[in-house]
Amino acid sequence: MITKDTSIIKSANGGALPILLIVVLGFIWATLAASRGVDPVIKPHAYMLMGVFALGIFTIVYGVSQKKFVYDPYEYDDGVIRAGVFAVIFWGVTGMLVGVIIASELAFPQMMDAMHLPFTNFGRLRPLHTSGVIFGFGGNALLATSFYVVQRTSRTRLAGGLWPWFVFWGYQVFLLIAGTGYLMGITEAREYAEPEWYVDIWLTIVWVAYLAIFMMTLVKRKEKHIYVANWFFLSFIVTLAMLHIVNNLSLPVSWLGAKSVSGFSGVQDAMTQWWYGHNAVGFFLTTGFLGIMYYFIPKRANRPVYSYKLSIVHFWTVIFIYIWAGPHHLHYTALPQWTQTLGMVFSVMLWMPSWGGAINGLMTLSGAWDKLRTDPVLRLLVVSVAFYAMSTFEGPLMAVRYVNALSHYTDWTIGHVHSGALGWNGMVTFGAIYCMVPWLWKKKELYSLRMVEWHFWLSTIGIIFYISAMWVSGIMQGLMWREYTEQGFLANSFVESVKAMKPYYMIRAFGGFLYLCGMFVMTFNVWMTIAGKGDAVSLNNTAPEKDLPNAIPNLALGE
Amino acid sequence: MAKLHDFMEVRSFALMAGILVVVSIGGLVEIAPLFYIDSTIEKVEGMRPYTPLELAGRDVYIREGCYLCHSQMIRPLRDEVERYGHYSLAAESMYDHPFQWGSKRTGPDLARQGGKNSDAWHVLHLSNPRKVVPASVMPPYEFLAKTKLDYSHYAMNLKTYKTLGVPYTDEMIKLAVSDIQTQVNPDADDVEGLLARYPKAQVRNFDGKEDITEMDAIIAYLQMLGTLVDFDEYEANFNEGTKENTR
Repeated sequence: MITKDTSIIKSANGGALPILLIVVLGFIWATLAASRGVDPVIKPHAYMLMGVFALGIFTIVYGVSQKKFVYDPYEYDDGVIRAGVFAVIFWGVTGMLVGVIIASELAFPQMMDAMHLPFTNFGRLRPLHTSGVIFGFGGNALLATSFYVVQRTSRTRLAGGLWPWFVFWGYQVFLLIAGTGYLMGITEAREYAEPEWYVDIWLTIVWVAYLAIFMMTLVKRKEKHIYVANWFFLSFIVTLAMLHIVNNLSLPVSWLGAKSVSGFSGVQDAMTQWWYGHNAVGFFLTTGFLGIMYYFIPKRANRPVYSYKLSIVHFWTVIFIYIWAGPHHLHYTALPQWTQTLGMVFSVMLWMPSWGGAINGLMTLSGAWDKLRTDPVLRLLVVSVAFYAMSTFEGPLMAVRYVNALSHYTDWTIGHVHSGALGWNGMVTFGAIYCMVPWLWKKKELYSLRMVEWHFWLSTIGIIFYISAMWVSGIMQGLMWREYTEQGFLANSFVESVKAMKPYYMIRAFGGFLYLCGMFVMTFNVWMTIAGKGDAVSLNNTAPEKDLPNAIPNLALGE
Repeated sequence: MAKLHDFMEVRSFALMAGILVVVSIGGLVEIAPLFYIDSTIEKVEGMRPYTPLELAGRDVYIREGCYLCHSQMIRPLRDEVERYGHYSLAAESMYDHPFQWGSKRTGPDLARQGGKNSDAWHVLHLSNPRKVVPASVMPPYEFLAKTKLDYSHYAMNLKTYKTLGVPYTDEMIKLAVSDIQTQVNPDADDVEGLLARYPKAQVRNFDGKEDITEMDAIIAYLQMLGTLVDFDEYEANFNEGTKENTR
């Protein structure tokens, strides 16, 4: 236990002034856009931003003057992580609910006829679903876990005083403006990067602050080595910054309007977008979440990471190879063939480092496999890695040009994405949340492990319904499009393939609904744990977790 | 290599720099050459920038997320060429900021939609898809016919495209607003001027109503998709080129 001098507890107005400056500048822009905006859709956003920034200014000024931002530098900064847990659950429920709605719209399009509103149509809700789950649910999970892990494995408090809170709330503002924008039809039409230029600039500011906090926390670490999970988190943060900035290069029609024009066009634009798109998968949904895997599986299983050498090899190969894989989204298109071929070859190569990571995660359970029977939280974590292995095998297969000729443009792609998103990203996040909640709120256990068991089975069965429906419908769709009669005519009109989808769309929506139900079970369980009900006995009597050496899992950290 | 990793593992900024170098290579090799290799986009007769009305229709198409279910990229596969028409050329999307190739076909490809159905069919189908195609899962867009097109600022839009390299002339920018009014009115004074600026532009009242609505704009856009390149001529030139190559 480190002795501490209570006199050096200092007030943490760290960063208050620059943050105030950013927020004031934002407020000024929003006011200008509200009064002189050139298009009607910018106005609602301008008013929302005025409100948000005014609230920010008030909070900072009030907090500083009332000395609300005081902290103990010897304690971990966990407040922002607790807030992150709530954000994960909020965006998870929202994004998945919208997913179930749009899946139902495809099964029962009469729903849209009945509502007949522009913003209930599939085209406007779909980006809300994808951004809600990827950036809302997944992004907040990465923020919370990376802040949690980097402190524990560096044995130091987060750097930057108020900045972590700026990143947290700034990110929620990004999600709010992006999400409401989709409903109003404000979009750049770049899949998974739909927000318009002003939202992109805001996210860039937030992201650079995130990178700076993460780096400066590593810099002041009290461990010699940077722990493996942090390599993955760092690669996710750095690479996303690069991808986000390049892919969103665009010129606003007016500095006080919503619309911008993409800097690139046609072939170059397609390549840039899928370089971004595939690496949003590679670095947001893969390396970031591998960071979660590398902390929470060893910690929960109480075993060291299987192989330190394997983690080095698969880290560098996975980040090097992933970047090349984008063109497999553009097979047989007007993109030059040499680029397509590079994309295909690197996608197939990607299989090996992906499985390197999966093996490292799974084999960490060596000597602790029996825990899978008794601990549903560990089971969620381990099954997520199994889904990761499955979808990183399926991906290279679909990236082969001749397979892609069949699978591209079909539901098979949607099924593939969801086996990764629901199976890997979803379940590893659930596992991490179930680990962190009792630790963060100082409870002995979760409210109910039986409910985790329910959550596990609801998710697993939901995923199986979802992905098997999409496999069948996707392959059927591809085969129907290319089917010929004996006379050499196309056998099916397009709409016949649409008609054939109906039962599979219904099964898919049902699978998604089961998964959403699991999410509600988790919400309840987390709520009751925080309230201290059931097995969640409060540990308040024990000393708070400070610079304790055992906060680091027993891991193969250097030799 | 292992030594290099050992070096970076204890130095945070070295680790960050290492990551940046490693993740930059793939993008540089794959993306940068596309901007300077000439053969990336072959020269094709007939391509021109969108008329302001078509551009407005394209903005509606993007706003409603049509690209999420409709591709605009016909692959050179037998069934696709027979179903949709000649495979898409790189040049056909050279003025598309952003590209609209799409990634999913919940509905059919639209790269050569122009001229396949009548304007009246489009009005009916967009307003209530299931009245025309009972098994359709497309959302209804009746509100487009009721929403007046807001086109007062289109000169600004054209100017932005020009800055980014789309060959709009100063005249086109100046006349952007009146060109929108002209394209929906065959009796307008400047129809010939419009056709000179934008060859093959289709001039008519697309939704059959007096107002210029968003329905006019989106149908003008849909009806021009894939109609600019004359593929008889293109094939002839292409075959000639092949002969030359083999000689």
